[in-house]
Amino acid sequence: MKILVPVKRVADPDNANKMKVSPDGSRVTSDGLEWKLNPFDEYAVEAALRLNENGATGERLGEVIVVSIGAEDVQTTLRQPLAMGADRAILVKADDAEIDSLVVAKALKALVEAEKPDLVLMGKQAVDGDSNTAGQMLAELLGWPMATFAMSIHGEDGALRVGREVDTGVLTVKVTPPAVVTVDLRIVSPNGVKNGVTPDSHVYNEGARYASLKGIMAAKKKAIDVKSLADVGAADGAVVKYTKFELPPARSGQVKYVADVAELVNKLKTEAKAI
Amino acid sequence: MTDVLVVAELLDGGLRKNTLSAVRFARQVAEGTGGAFDVLAIGEGAAAAASALEGYGARKVLVAEIEGGYLAEKYAPTIADAARGTYGVVAATASTYGKDLLPRVAARLDAGVASDIAAVSVEGGTLSYKRPMYAGNVFGWCAVRSDVQVVTVRQTEFEAAEPTGGSSPTETVSISSDPAADRIEFISLESVKSERPELTEAQIVVSGGRALKSAENFHTVLEPLVDALGAAMGASRAACDAGYVPNDLQVGQTGKVVAPKLYVAVGISGAIQHLAGMKGSKVIVAINKDKEAPIAQVADYFLVADLFAAVPELTAEINRVKALG
Repeated sequence: MKILVPVKRVADPDNANKMKVSPDGSRVTSDGLEWKLNPFDEYAVEAALRLNENGATGERLGEVIVVSIGAEDVQTTLRQPLAMGADRAILVKADDAEIDSLVVAKALKALVEAEKPDLVLMGKQAVDGDSNTAGQMLAELLGWPMATFAMSIHGEDGALRVGREVDTGVLTVKVTPPAVVTVDLRIVSPNGVKNGVTPDSHVYNEGARYASLKGIMAAKKKAIDVKSLADVGAADGAVVKYTKFELPPARSGQVKYVADVAELVNKLKTEAKAI
Repeated sequence: MTDVLVVAELLDGGLRKNTLSAVRFARQVAEGTGGAFDVLAIGEGAAAAASALEGYGARKVLVAEIEGGYLAEKYAPTIADAARGTYGVVAATASTYGKDLLPRVAARLDAGVASDIAAVSVEGGTLSYKRPMYAGNVFGWCAVRSDVQVVTVRQTEFEAAEPTGGSSPTETVSISSDPAADRIEFISLESVKSERPELTEAQIVVSGGRALKSAENFHTVLEPLVDALGAAMGASRAACDAGYVPNDLQVGQTGKVVAPKLYVAVGISGAIQHLAGMKGSKVIVAINKDKEAPIAQVADYFLVADLFAAVPELTAEINRVKALG
């Protein structure tokens, strides 16, 4: 199976509380924070590799292409999925101000039409904008079925049985490729992905794989094809325009340390009137 | 003047109450722009759900009866066709249903999406949306410059609309289809049924973290406290990932967002991703061994204690106080 994995570079999500807003509110900056691969996209890369390999022998069953849309230096971030095992990468150069989910979906559509993958596998959301929209929009633009928030993908007679994490539990669908699947955290649990080739006895580690030294060396030689938004027919500009950014108000008051359970219950009853 | 189409959410053939948050939003836009709003009940049981929506001030309640389990591929064409040329805004509540479905509708309409919004402002007929970004650490205000604007609203920020009386007329809309639906099949929806209040609607939420150490401890240590408080049970991502509880209890940036009157975090250190899902709570209590845990940044009350001793004691104390009345 040929799999395309769109990925995004984000400011270190574990330090998101250090994001800054310019005094006039026109810009949000991540100065001082490291760039990371969006965690959900990293899981999508892992899921793509699991789908396209015999986990027991390491034999590869198909190509995995990673794609990003962003600044020139996103190439540095793209080396990570290449080191994990993706075969090649494509970067569509763009300024953040030029893009929104619809532009991203249009750019990805053009790349899908050129590359003709069987599956697009991507994170359910990027943890900077937190929009959770690009995968769904891409599926619609392509006229493909989709399975969002996937916690499991099991290959089944040429189709994929996907367990979706929804508010009320797990919704299972069976989808026939080509399709778009967006992944949730649990896709990288030991049994999240079954491709029908990797023996059932093979147990994956929890989480995304680390790049081996050999993988890191190999990644340096892998191709990154750089394109422009115009090349992919997505230079019309964003329709979602941000006009102002602000920091949330701090929670009022300091934390009060209570000595014991009795004091806690007393405070909740008489002071906070919460019980 | 902006007319709004609200897409209702159905479950088991009935209306999900979270729909009323999107109705609240629609009223704000309609009032602010001098427009009106309609509600579309779509799915299996739409006709019955429509009758539950008649008393909320909608100009019309639209009905699209579609048999079988929910699939975005089956719903999106009908919603897009109903919306095109008629509505300025299409809205739903930002549940997993709204988040799955509405972007697909938007792409069909060549529309931009403002997702999971916390507020809307109307100035001179122009709509701006405030949305949480970076796990709720930044709010961005955005405008959507497409013919139709597609919006999902955060349930905790838009209080359920109350009935206005009156009765909106219902109207059946025609069903459109898309070949994409031929390549996807609904197999099942497995839900864990609980007698407890729904997490996103509960007045009190008690959440457990990895420090509970096992599924068994969630059951024997945390659940008695949950029930003593008449609360809903939640969990941190770490506890869900460890398999202690199902993932639909996850509170956080990518799980559920809650804002109850009282939130009790038991053995939860307070990673940024967790805080994003609960820091809007009115009163926050932390029970943790580590007084420096990041949960202290948002907690009102902090009991530094071993949860295995403190939680049973707290449960007993709550029960005692409640018995006294």
